[in-house]
Amino acid sequence: MNIEIAEYLRLDDRFPHILCPGCGIGSAMNAMVRAISESSMNKNEICVVSGIGCSSRVPGYIDCDTFHTLHGRAIPSATGIKLARPEMEVIVIAGDGDLLAIGGNHFIHAARRNLDLTVILINNFNYGMTGGQFSPTTPQGKRGTTAPYGSVERDFNVCEMAKVAGAVFVARSTTYHTPHLKGLIKQAMKKKGFAVIEVVSQCPTLYGRLNRMGDAIKMLEYYRDNSITVTQVKEPKDAEGKIVIGVLWETEAPEYSEVYKKVIDIAQKK
Amino acid sequence: MNQRSELLSGNEATALAAIKGGVRFFGGYPITPSTEIAEIMALELPKLGGVFIQMEDEIASICAIIGASAAGMKSMTATSGPGFSLMQEGIGYAIMTEVPTVIVNVQRGGPATGLPTKVAQGDVMAARWGTHGDHPAVVLSPWSVLESFTLTVKAIEISERLRMPIILLSDEIVGHMREVVSLPDSVSVYERKKPTKSPDEYLHYADDTNYDSPIASFGEGYRIHISGLTHRKDGFPTNDPKTIAWKMDRLRNKIDQNRDWLHYSEQFDLDAETIIISYGSSARTSLEAKYEYEKKSGKKIGFLRLITLWPFHYKKLTELLKNAKRVVVVEMNQGQMIREISRAVPRGIDVTGVNRVDGELITPEEVLAAL
Ligand SMILES: Cc1ncc(C[n+]2csc(CCOP(=O)(O)OP(=O)(O)O)c2C)c(N)n1
Repeated sequence: MNIEIAEYLRLDDRFPHILCPGCGIGSAMNAMVRAISESSMNKNEICVVSGIGCSSRVPGYIDCDTFHTLHGRAIPSATGIKLARPEMEVIVIAGDGDLLAIGGNHFIHAARRNLDLTVILINNFNYGMTGGQFSPTTPQGKRGTTAPYGSVERDFNVCEMAKVAGAVFVARSTTYHTPHLKGLIKQAMKKKGFAVIEVVSQCPTLYGRLNRMGDAIKMLEYYRDNSITVTQVKEPKDAEGKIVIGVLWETEAPEYSEVYKKVIDIAQKK
Repeated sequence: MNQRSELLSGNEATALAAIKGGVRFFGGYPITPSTEIAEIMALELPKLGGVFIQMEDEIASICAIIGASAAGMKSMTATSGPGFSLMQEGIGYAIMTEVPTVIVNVQRGGPATGLPTKVAQGDVMAARWGTHGDHPAVVLSPWSVLESFTLTVKAIEISERLRMPIILLSDEIVGHMREVVSLPDSVSVYERKKPTKSPDEYLHYADDTNYDSPIASFGEGYRIHISGLTHRKDGFPTNDPKTIAWKMDRLRNKIDQNRDWLHYSEQFDLDAETIIISYGSSARTSLEAKYEYEKKSGKKIGFLRLITLWPFHYKKLTELLKNAKRVVVVEMNQGQMIREISRAVPRGIDVTGVNRVDGELITPEEVLAAL
């Protein structure tokens, strides 16, 4: 095991992990831990917060303060921590169902507030933990165990939504592009404000199998062959049918705690 | 201790108590009849460098106050019926993870949107059993403005000591009525114990005779894991039946072993044959009825006001009611506390309810009619 990342893992008794063979969540976790390690952050000043789901099991393996909250509630729980301890780096990591279905409202409002959180959304296109039901990111027509004839619903474009809701940093990568993903996570952690990274990830056991996408390798090859970097997109049609990766949106906006600090100054008549 | 008199509402007294008791984080969502508490917190907390945040709903509110408390800040929220329902999963999470916090529920008529501006006491069982699974609950019920203050301080103290969410179950009348009170300038509250052990030796759920073992917070170098999954002493999830039983016993014993000091009640003339039992604003009517009855008949009537609704102290109640021939339970619901009281009195004792659920306060005449 790579020494730098070993320091950030609870190696003594939390492994082996619970993820299925070929699952992409481990790759996302690896990228996150490397990003933390390369940012030379003090691990006592990091809190990793999740909801419920396979993706949300990540914090249990990380040797920082970790908070495994309720399904959908990672962001409001992280909000309390960040406001109570603004000096901490608070990272939210959870699945598409967690952050976009049951927790969708919290996601929108946290983006609007622009609190300094880093949100890593592992999008495996289904509810993994409960057995492959369709989620808000399941493409219309694709199968889930509760969409045996193909999903009736249209899917979300998380990154677009994050942008219009007020996020100041929005990026996408895949579990095939882990060094790229690591770089994005580093950027997101540095960014002051609400930063979102969508990680397109394979669930070969459920979503992949239900939609005949082959094994994990096949799914990763698909991400390799169908991704296009944001700089390669010259006109909208270049992006059609592709996974656009890279920093999709970045802007500057007043961060919640900083604005609140001004409220404190006014209240204290400084 | 300096004291000065002021005219305050119950909600105002609750907010001031929270601030004096060290609450520095409030997350909430507006709802009648609790909103004044949020408004005061929004005004006062920044003056002290504290945090007020209006969340997008009550689910977010309870999660934010749990997060803030886990990060070491005393926290609180205030709500009413519909918001209290939304908070139930979060309350269970705080119970399971043993995070101290205070939830104020200023009761209004229910179910659903019910009666936003009218009084009720219909959340007694929701406060006890609202969240799923076997679990302990501590619920305190104030009957006056002064008690809104003292019980809020008490709730903070119990939450920090027993590491759990405490519910202050007020009601629309207590929350909105104004009384002249003189509040202390400062209060002394129990501070949560901090670990002295090294992070390597520290266990987040260490066995302790009183269940008040030290708590490390996020950001203190202990690198703790907090999870709502049933967990071991170190906080990590388990499926081991013995460890599961240990955790469930721990949650139950926390209350069972502290039941005596958690019981607060006020009582007079319990040697009388008939005893009125009530709590919250309907206890005010009940006391009035007792005095009127005595004036008219010259006979004594007993009066017992429950301040701690949960845990219900059956043994204590049995003892307090040992001379009773007849018990009259006055409450603004269809009969919630009366069931617990019936279980505490000997068989053959007549237990009658005086109830009202039309949004109006029970009158002394209605109580008198039952005596
Ligand atoms: C309130 C509530 N509803 C439902 C569940 C059941 N549940 C557990 S995980 C999950 C979905 C997980 O899907 P996602 O968030 O996409 O994460 P993944 O497992 O795919 O990583 C659901 C519905 C729950 N734990 N809590």
